[in-house]
Formats: sequence, C-alpha cells, structure tokens
Amino acid sequence: MFVFILRRLSQTALVLLVTSLLVFAGLFVIGDPVEILISPEADQIERERARVALGLDKPGWMQYLLFVKNAASGDLGKSFVYGRPALDVIFERMPATLELATVAMFISIFVGIPLGLYAGLKPDSRIAKGIMAISIVGFSLPTFWVGLMLIMLFAVQLGWLPSTGRGPTVEFLGMQLSIVHWDGLKYALLPGINLALFKLSLIIRLTRAQVRENVLLDYMRFARAKGLRKSRVLGVHLLKNIMIPLVTVIGLELGSVIAFAIVTESIFAWPGMGKLVIDSIFQLDRPVVVAYLMITVLMFVFINLVIDILYSILDPRVRLTAAKN
Amino acid sequence: MRVLKRTSRALIAALFAGSALFASAAELTIGLSAPITSLDPHYHNLTPNNALSLNVFEDLLSTDEFQNIKPGLAESWRNLDPLTYEFKLRKGVKWHDGSPFVAADVLASLKRVPNVPNSPASFAVFVRSIVEATAPDEHTVILKTAAPNPGLASDMTSVRIMPKAVAESATTEDFNSGKAMIGTGPFKFSEYKPGDRVVLVRNDQYWGAKPDWTRVQMRMVANNATRVAALLAGDLQMIENVPTSDVKRLMGDKNLAVAQVVSNRMIYLHMDSNRTQNSPFVRTADGKPMENANPLTDARVRRAMSMAINREAIVDRIMETVAVPAGQLLAEQFFGTSKNLKVDKYDPEGAKKLLAQAGYPNGFQLTLHSPNNRYINDEKIAQAIAQFLTRVGIVTKLETMPSNIFFTRASKLEFSTILAGWGASSGDTSSPLRSLLGTFDAKTGFGAANRGRFSNAELDVLIAEAAVEIDTEKRRAKLAQASEKAIEQMGLIPLHYEVSVWATKSNVTYVARADQYTLAQEAKLKK
Repeated sequence: MFVFILRRLSQTALVLLVTSLLVFAGLFVIGDPVEILISPEADQIERERARVALGLDKPGWMQYLLFVKNAASGDLGKSFVYGRPALDVIFERMPATLELATVAMFISIFVGIPLGLYAGLKPDSRIAKGIMAISIVGFSLPTFWVGLMLIMLFAVQLGWLPSTGRGPTVEFLGMQLSIVHWDGLKYALLPGINLALFKLSLIIRLTRAQVRENVLLDYMRFARAKGLRKSRVLGVHLLKNIMIPLVTVIGLELGSVIAFAIVTESIFAWPGMGKLVIDSIFQLDRPVVVAYLMITVLMFVFINLVIDILYSILDPRVRLTAAKN
Repeated sequence: MRVLKRTSRALIAALFAGSALFASAAELTIGLSAPITSLDPHYHNLTPNNALSLNVFEDLLSTDEFQNIKPGLAESWRNLDPLTYEFKLRKGVKWHDGSPFVAADVLASLKRVPNVPNSPASFAVFVRSIVEATAPDEHTVILKTAAPNPGLASDMTSVRIMPKAVAESATTEDFNSGKAMIGTGPFKFSEYKPGDRVVLVRNDQYWGAKPDWTRVQMRMVANNATRVAALLAGDLQMIENVPTSDVKRLMGDKNLAVAQVVSNRMIYLHMDSNRTQNSPFVRTADGKPMENANPLTDARVRRAMSMAINREAIVDRIMETVAVPAGQLLAEQFFGTSKNLKVDKYDPEGAKKLLAQAGYPNGFQLTLHSPNNRYINDEKIAQAIAQFLTRVGIVTKLETMPSNIFFTRASKLEFSTILAGWGASSGDTSSPLRSLLGTFDAKTGFGAANRGRFSNAELDVLIAEAAVEIDTEKRRAKLAQASEKAIEQMGLIPLHYEVSVWATKSNVTYVARADQYTLAQEAKLKK
C-alpha cells in the first residue's frame, strides 16, 4: 500500500509539471495581460511600467523557469489582478465551492440511489417509469437554463428562497461556513439542486442498471433462498455489490463538481472558485489560472487514490499492489 | 395533518417576516455587474474599483452626474499662474477614525499614487504632471507643474485622498483586510468578501449631505439575467448595467424605476489608415491581395463607409433604443465637442458614388474584427455593419473573438478594420483625441490606443495646443476644432454612444451618471 501511494505521488509530480507548461504556453499564446488589465487611457510609458511590474517584460521561457523555480518552494506567484499570492486568492474561495459541492453531492446520492434502487427493483411500475423520464430531462436540459428557471420559480414567483449569492457564514470547526445553519443553507439550495440535477440523473440510471443486472445473479437468488430478510438482501448483499461502479462515478463526479461548477456559480453569483477561474481566464491572470489547474490536478489524483482504497475495502478481491502493472 | 399544515404555515410566515426585517428601509442592497478586484484606491484603475472607493474615500475635486467638476475635499481652486494651482481645503472634515483632515494628508496621498507595488493599471498618470506639491498652511495645497496642465483639475477627481499615516505605510493587502480603509467619504467600510460583496455603514460625521442608508451592501452579480431576476425577487433594491433587452420590460413594471443617461463611451470603427499597401485584411474586389494600395488610407473611402452604416437601425433594433447614434467623439453635452458635427446620414447611394470617386467603383473586400464580450451587443453590431458595408460594394467578412485575444492582436496591428469602444473617463474630448487619433509616439504619449495609426499633422498641433491651454473657453474651442478636424478626416468612424441604465425598486431613486459609477450616497429613499 505504501509503495502504491508513493508511486502515485511521483506520477503526480510529472503530471503537474506538464500541466503547468501547457497552461503557461496556452495563456502566453492567447494574449497580453497588460492589454486587458491596463486602463485603456494609459499611455505608452504607463503600459511599459505595468509590463515590468508584472514581470512580463522578460522572455516567455524565462518567465516559465522563474515560475518553476518559485513553485518548487511552494510559491505559485502573485495574481496580476489582485496583487496577492494566487494560492491565497483561490483558497479564500474554496470553502464556498466545497459547500456547494457538498450540497449537490448530498442531494445526488441520497435522492439518486434510493430512486435508482426502486426503479431497478420495480422496473415496470409507473413510478419507476416516471423516475426514468425525469432522469432523461435532468440529463438533457442545459444547466444555465434550469438555473434561471429555478430562480424565476422559487425566488421571483413564489418568493420561497433567495435568488442569488451565498448566505451569512458562521464559524464552524475553524472555517467560515454558510450551510451549517438554515439562514445560510437556504441560499445553497437552489444552486445545489441546479448543480445536482445532472449527477442525480446519472446516479439514478447507473444504480438502476446495476440493480437490474445483479438481481438476476446467483448470489441474490441464493440469499433469498436462504430466507434472509428482504432488507438484508437489499441493504447488505445487493447494495455492497453495486457500490463499486457507483463509487468510481461518484468520486469522479465529486471532482468535477468542485472543479467545474462554473456555470452554476455564475448564474447564482456564488462566490466560489469556478467564478474566479472564469474571470481570471478573461483577464489573463496567469498565476491564478495555473495555480487553479494545479490544485485541480492534485484533487483528482487524491480522489482517485481514495477511490482505489475504497475498492479494496468494498471488494476484498482487489489488491492495491495490482496497480503496479 | 392539520397540525402539520398549521406549523408549516407558521414557518413560512416566520420566514417572510424574517426577510421583511432584512429589507428594512434604511438598508440598501445593490447588484454590481463586475467584480471589484481590490479595495486599495491607488492600486487598479478600473471602473468598479473607482466607483466603490468613492463611497469611502474622496478626492480634492469631485464631479456631478454629467462629469462637470465641482468642489470635493477642496472648497475652491484657482491658477496662481499657468504652472501653479492653489487648492483651499475644506475645514472641519474628519477621517473615519476621528482625526482631522489636513493638507499633509493630501501631500502624502499624492506621493503614494505612483509607488504602489505590482499595480496592473496605476493612477500615476493623474499625478505625473506635478513636479512639486507643498502646503503653506494646514488648509492650502499648492501644486506646480512643469508645463501648463489645464487637465490638472480633472486629474484631481481621480486621486483618492487618505490619511498621512495610511498613505505612508499601508499596503494593498491592508486595504483588502479593511485595516487601512479610512476615508472621509459618506460611508465607512464594514466588510469585504472577495468576489461576493462589500458592506458599508453610514458615516454619521460626514461633512456633506447625510446618506439615506445606514447600511449598504454592494453585491457582485455578474450574470445579467440573474441580476435582473434578483431585483425582481426583491433580493436587490438596485442594479447597474441593466441589459438592453430588459430595459423596456422593467420600465413597464410599476414596482420598479429605471434611470438612464448617455454615457461617456463611444463605439467606433478604427481603420488601418497607415499601411499604404498590403493591409492584412484588405483584398481587391476579386479577392486578390492589394499589393500597391490601401483604400482605407483615403478619407473619402472612410467617409463612404460611414455613410453606408444605418446607425438609426442599429440603435433601434440591436440596442433596443438604449443607445444614441454618434457623429463625434462624445455626446454633445460633454466638454470639447462641436455643435457643427452631425451624425452622418444613412446614404448608400452617396457612399457608392464616393467610393467610385476614390477609384473603387467595384468596391473591395474587407474583414472586420470585433470583440464578442466587451461592449453591449458588440458581436451583433459588427454583424450589422458587415452587412451594411457589403451593400455598398465593400464585401465584408466578420471575425469576432473574446476581448483578451482581440486587444492583444489589435494592438499588434494585425487587423485592417476593428470595432472598439472608448470611455472618456475625464468627460472631455481630450482623451479620445489624444489616445485614439493623435500620431502614435511613445515620447509624447499620443496615440497609445491608436490601433489604426491614423496620423494628421494639423490635428496633432491642435491637440498639443489644447493640452496646454489654461483658459477654459479657449480650450473648449480648441478641442471642438480638433474634433471637427478628426471627423472631417474620418480618423475613426463613430457609431453610437452607449447609454448606462440603472434599475431600482420604485421607492429608491438614482440619478444616472455619465461616468457609469454606482454610488450609494446618490441613491435616495423616496419619502
């Protein structure tokens, strides 16, 4: 297990290096940050001053080498726009995004799996057909449209929930969180539902397919023949066996919910990282974009690691050392 | 079941009561359209930052909604001689921490402006002309310039004044944390959540008219549709930059009020009037490269292009009447415009004749480049223009791109004709004349944004003369004359002036401002 983790980490370092190079080169080709950041009325002297102040007067390869050198000591550079360390700017927004991801994943899992189970066990019932129809809708409607409709219905027409923004935060386990009390949670419901809709549909369909496949297998028949209670057959035998593909998908989806909640965050003016990275790309704020993508890579690597470890717990046949090959 | 119903009803009622409490009369929640990048008023010269800092800090001089200069922290100002300005400071003004405002604070603030580390767009241009700043007594400041600078008063509306101790030691980070947010303005700083909101509370010691609001939240809601929805839902009481497509609908809603004014931003076409051959996106009528001519260098061709464009139709259909057709660099009510300049009439036949006179009876081919996320409806406007030009024989293709790519390439002169916009923050024509139409020269600072490299010696002389003319009326006349010269030569083709729109709940009024600033103290509670 230890060797396995070590091997993973060394691969990660390589991935990080390649990512940084690609993003650096990409943004370099897109455009000149000074053109975007400077006041249009600035004259040539002021433009040159800004170029020097941001370190953009040096050749591109030298800027990259400087970046790698500083990154090796944990400094990913200062944001061009905010003038503060890029990591600080990102981490400041992270709790908001994690909150939103938590709400969305909570909804997807605790609504999705039961509905999927039901649809799998009673595939011919009307309710099951209804669930499947809704899941298709959830798949196919564009997020931004659903988001606006949710606002129009629940905030503008009915006035039940706040339309945008993040609620008041309270100190919780040393972090500023909004979803641990109702005043804050109600702000997270609409964006949470909006973000969850796609994942929810995915989990429903995946669960159903797994259930349909597994109920026909011998171990299920055997368990029933042994006279086990229905709840035990479903809760222990079936659920445990269908969990492996579900955990993989949920894990990866969690990653994408955290890293790419951009549309939902924009629509609901949710002050998270997705909103930040979109603004940063438009403003060519290279340090923030690079740092963000490096964090994203790290996060996915970490999630995959956790998934692999969970596998071995869920299915004793899986040995982590097998990943060597 | 009945109990359940009753409790849920009670719960909902309680919720409503709660939200009603939040929206108490003395609180104002404003939806901003663009993120604030820093609270340091000397760090990043950007409209959202500048507007926000004016709630907390003040300048020596301020501007009214039409950008006319009026007293600010200085009660009066005058020229002792063409190189010397004297500012008499207001007495009895207190900083938010209670200490008195004196001349030394002004000197320290002026000194800090050019020395803010890592500034991506500094305010140094506004103090560059000053060679010496002195304070003969606690309430007088004398500024000396090397050359006469009639724009100094206007410059002093862009330099926020802070206490000496803050100016000498505070870092940009100290402002973002709130520690250094000590101004003289109508509101005190309370809270800043980056990317989310800034909260301000009333400064009860304010020397001027007391604001109507005890507490103001400035929330950043960049998405247009969401901002409007949040206003409709009552979560916001006021929003800026109402999308043009919603203006009519909001005006018809009796729970809302709409305020609008023509802004200082002109949308224009800039043509490559520099390269006499092989302009990158000009082709002959049959699609061959134009190796020994560039029609865009001919003022008659540029005029023909202007006549080919139906500005009324663009304003009417694309901008949904929330814009004003343009015939010069700024709308007529601004300083330095000319009464003689009229909007070019839509005249496709005349345009064809003029093209023939210039030697292009069969027209030519052109590619128009435009950003697609920078100005209101920019891509749609560019589409319309390409069609108008094609109708008179200039077969125009259109290529649009995000502004971060567009401006980099445009500044490298990679295009032949571009659509762009210009906001004159000083509220007079000197800014577009100097930056867009003056001959590109790093030494004079002229033409920094002259992406067509238009150059006219007579015009340069007029701009240079206006730049040192201290007498207001003579300066106004000079600038008007320069505007006439620029438009006569069609150094650029003005299309329209954008209109800035605010929407409020009907119990709030706002006086629309030409500088596009959203200022909480200008929002009033209707009694």
